[in-house]
Amino acid sequence: MTMPKTQPKQSTFELARIAERVLKFSDADETEVDVSSATDALTRFANNTIHQNVAEQMLGISVGAVIDGRMARATTNKTDDASLRRVVQSAISLARNEPKNPDLLPMLRRQKYQKVSRFFAATAQATPQDRARAVTRVCKMAEKSKQTAAGIFSSGGSHSVMANSKGLFASYEQTRAEFSVTMLEKNSSGWAKANSPDIRAIDPEELADSASQKAADSREPREVEPGHYTAILPPAAVLDLVGFLFYDFAGTAVLDKRSCFTGRIGKKILGENITLWDDVYHPLQTGHPFDGEGMPRQKVLLVDKGVVKNLVFSRATAKKMKAKPTGHGFSLPNEYGEAPMNLVFAGGDKSVDEMVRTTERGILVTRLWYIREVDPYEKILTGMTRDGTFLVENGRIAGGIRNFRFNQSVIEMLSNVEMLGKSVRAAGEESFEMVVPPMKIAGFHFTEVTKF
Amino acid sequence: MQEWPACAIETAKRRGASYADVRVMDIRHREISTKNGEVGTLAESESLGIGVRVIANGAWGFASTDRLTREGVQACAAEAVAIAKASALAKIENVALAPEESYVDTWQNPFLKDPFRIPVERQIDLLLGADKAMRAVKGITVAEGSMSFRRIEQLFASSTGSSIHQIKMQSGAGIVATSFAGTEIQKRSYPNSFGGQHMLQGYELIESLDLVGNAVRIAEECVALHSAAQCPEGQKTIILGSSQLGLQIHESIGHPIELDRVLGMEANFAGMSFLTTDKLRHLKYGSDIVNVVADARLEHGPGLGTFAYDDEGVPAQCTNIITNGLFTGYLSSRETASAIGEKRSGGTVRCESWNRLPMIRMTNISIHPGHWDYDDLIADTDDAILMETNRSWSIDDKRYHFQFSTEIGWEIKGGKIGRMIKNPSYSGITTEFWNSCDAICSREHWTLWGTPNCGKGQPQQVMGTGHGAAPARFRNIRVGVAFSK
Repeated sequence: MTMPKTQPKQSTFELARIAERVLKFSDADETEVDVSSATDALTRFANNTIHQNVAEQMLGISVGAVIDGRMARATTNKTDDASLRRVVQSAISLARNEPKNPDLLPMLRRQKYQKVSRFFAATAQATPQDRARAVTRVCKMAEKSKQTAAGIFSSGGSHSVMANSKGLFASYEQTRAEFSVTMLEKNSSGWAKANSPDIRAIDPEELADSASQKAADSREPREVEPGHYTAILPPAAVLDLVGFLFYDFAGTAVLDKRSCFTGRIGKKILGENITLWDDVYHPLQTGHPFDGEGMPRQKVLLVDKGVVKNLVFSRATAKKMKAKPTGHGFSLPNEYGEAPMNLVFAGGDKSVDEMVRTTERGILVTRLWYIREVDPYEKILTGMTRDGTFLVENGRIAGGIRNFRFNQSVIEMLSNVEMLGKSVRAAGEESFEMVVPPMKIAGFHFTEVTKF
Repeated sequence: MQEWPACAIETAKRRGASYADVRVMDIRHREISTKNGEVGTLAESESLGIGVRVIANGAWGFASTDRLTREGVQACAAEAVAIAKASALAKIENVALAPEESYVDTWQNPFLKDPFRIPVERQIDLLLGADKAMRAVKGITVAEGSMSFRRIEQLFASSTGSSIHQIKMQSGAGIVATSFAGTEIQKRSYPNSFGGQHMLQGYELIESLDLVGNAVRIAEECVALHSAAQCPEGQKTIILGSSQLGLQIHESIGHPIELDRVLGMEANFAGMSFLTTDKLRHLKYGSDIVNVVADARLEHGPGLGTFAYDDEGVPAQCTNIITNGLFTGYLSSRETASAIGEKRSGGTVRCESWNRLPMIRMTNISIHPGHWDYDDLIADTDDAILMETNRSWSIDDKRYHFQFSTEIGWEIKGGKIGRMIKNPSYSGITTEFWNSCDAICSREHWTLWGTPNCGKGQPQQVMGTGHGAAPARFRNIRVGVAFSK
């Protein structure tokens, strides 16, 4: 029997034909259409067996219509002529009935985009059997170690096309694969996760082995007093904290005075060793080379040696703030403006092992969980450690400890980074993927401890 | 809509499925937001498709498609069976389901005013009116408003003969005032944070909220927070407003009672639960006055967890979760009920859309009202902090240790509400917290809140849940740790 693959059903050419039909059906002053097609599959396992195994194929047609300085959007997943005409009329009707938008700019004409290649046939052709075989091997590893495995193995791909009535045309295709695994023992657990557009870059057994080791090393966790500790955070934990900064770099957030960088641009508020960009073209990044308005995305230096240097701008925000658009706008209309979605931190040359060796007393974290913002200006975040938290004493891991709650300012944290490792593509649970290094941080504030 | 389920079930059976169920869903959504006098988002969407779930070779498979042709639906059903057979490669034992009758029925939630028939300019005018009132208060830097309407028409069919047609209409709205001053950003929301109030109702809900009438009050409170006293650190009595208690129920009761979490099915992402099966009917979850139900029936109220049948065709039920403080029930599905030896599913399985697998979700998880009048509760309290409207929430992956902060607080001294408190926060261990509850306000102060944004599952699904709650008092709670140095 032929097994289903995760390749999108519609080609870029077919999506472009749908976009053409939509534009033909519209009599709005200006019309933009985004057509996307995605096929995704996910194999989920727990208790050493597959308990959920799903696949989906979806098409989305989103129409933005401008009538007399007003813009609204309507979306459908139906492609017959009547439905396409209806979605166009729906966008027009909504636009007619709203006040004029003084910030609305004319739609863009044709643009030039840098080529990025993130579509891998190996990922698109992965089958449920491929994923099931990998999961079976991981479950057998767990059984052999007297552990219990839980996790996911997913693969998928998408095509998208953006076109407007001024002649703009942009397209993008990408595949994605992800493996995440938790290994559980009676009173401990370990975790590892990776994702990539290329499924061949993911090694489920290596990840399972790492998670298994963490579960074994954190057996019988003891309770340690909360307080200020040196914290060693692997890339996944760093990602889930610094990810909360992404909207603070939006011009609109500063304009609205709800960015933690309000009044701090040009000032050195982070450590000398912190430099970061937004860079969709970085080889470890993924995503469209154009924004929600069709502007080509630019690489933007956001922080240079601790100084907040630049923000990102949609076209409308740039005009308001007398800046140049950077290609980071969201699809219009929206109230949020823009955001950098492809953060890349400059790394260092220290390994996590070296961070442990140089720590007299500290906490080695595997993963952070349920992170929420407590104070938006000082950027205090709270959350928990999870799936393997270790006490480090005299340069060695002294055993597993019960999980901590933290309340920590990210600004303060990025001012207290003592060591940086190599930046990698990290995958967490609280933020989209970024390129970040592991960090050793002085005085990280763990405030309470839980029961396990 | 009728022909596709039959086609999918027939194909699934022919391909070797021993069980199949199908959801065809047609979802319409309108979203409006305003910010500082201008329309932000103005969008409508529609989405129609089919999801097919099967058991083949004793294992689960699920596939979905929006290609609603005979060929598209057949291919989708065949894919679901092929996926189930792949799942069987890692099978330990066959999937078993608790028994359930078959039903042929149709149901629609009652509402008075179809929000999609209300002119969009009227909806925008209402939000802009509240926006203008908030911005008239000096010191407000951002005024925002939002409305959201969703009509979900769905047809469930199963290979055992069920055919259930349901239509649900959901409405919601809220406003937010934000103020930046010095080195501080403060925020006040009405009627609740993170999108306001949402219910299984029509536009009559929006009209009942009086957004404009409350705009100036919350804007003034927002600005006043800058000069309010900081929440102290230490052990205190606290009184939680009803919306904050609703979220406390959601996080520290609603999630830990999900039987799929308890059985380890969510271990990699959402986490597990401290409520292991040995604790059922043995654990003293709360004090004697704490009674909590999971009630999906319309008679509980038009909550986001209200329906006639869940998404695996089980009728809506009321399950006693906590009875006079004792832990007495889980949220279950047909599979998980069978796994712990229950005779029947609790009927709590739902999916976000046609392309998502149905899974255990909270229905309306509500605390029964107590007997206290609100004014009497305040008068009876000597030294406490009253906390209202959630600002942040976090809880560990077994749902033991939590920390919440709220937008605003007030000191209570000698039975009277005193000065305003800013940055209120509290934390604790779930069972210790609920056992410290010594007063719950009466039915007159009880509100069925809607939480429209509960995330769970992989791929993640966002679902609306309901939480009935009244203001309640808790003793000896740790406060202020979120801002400790």
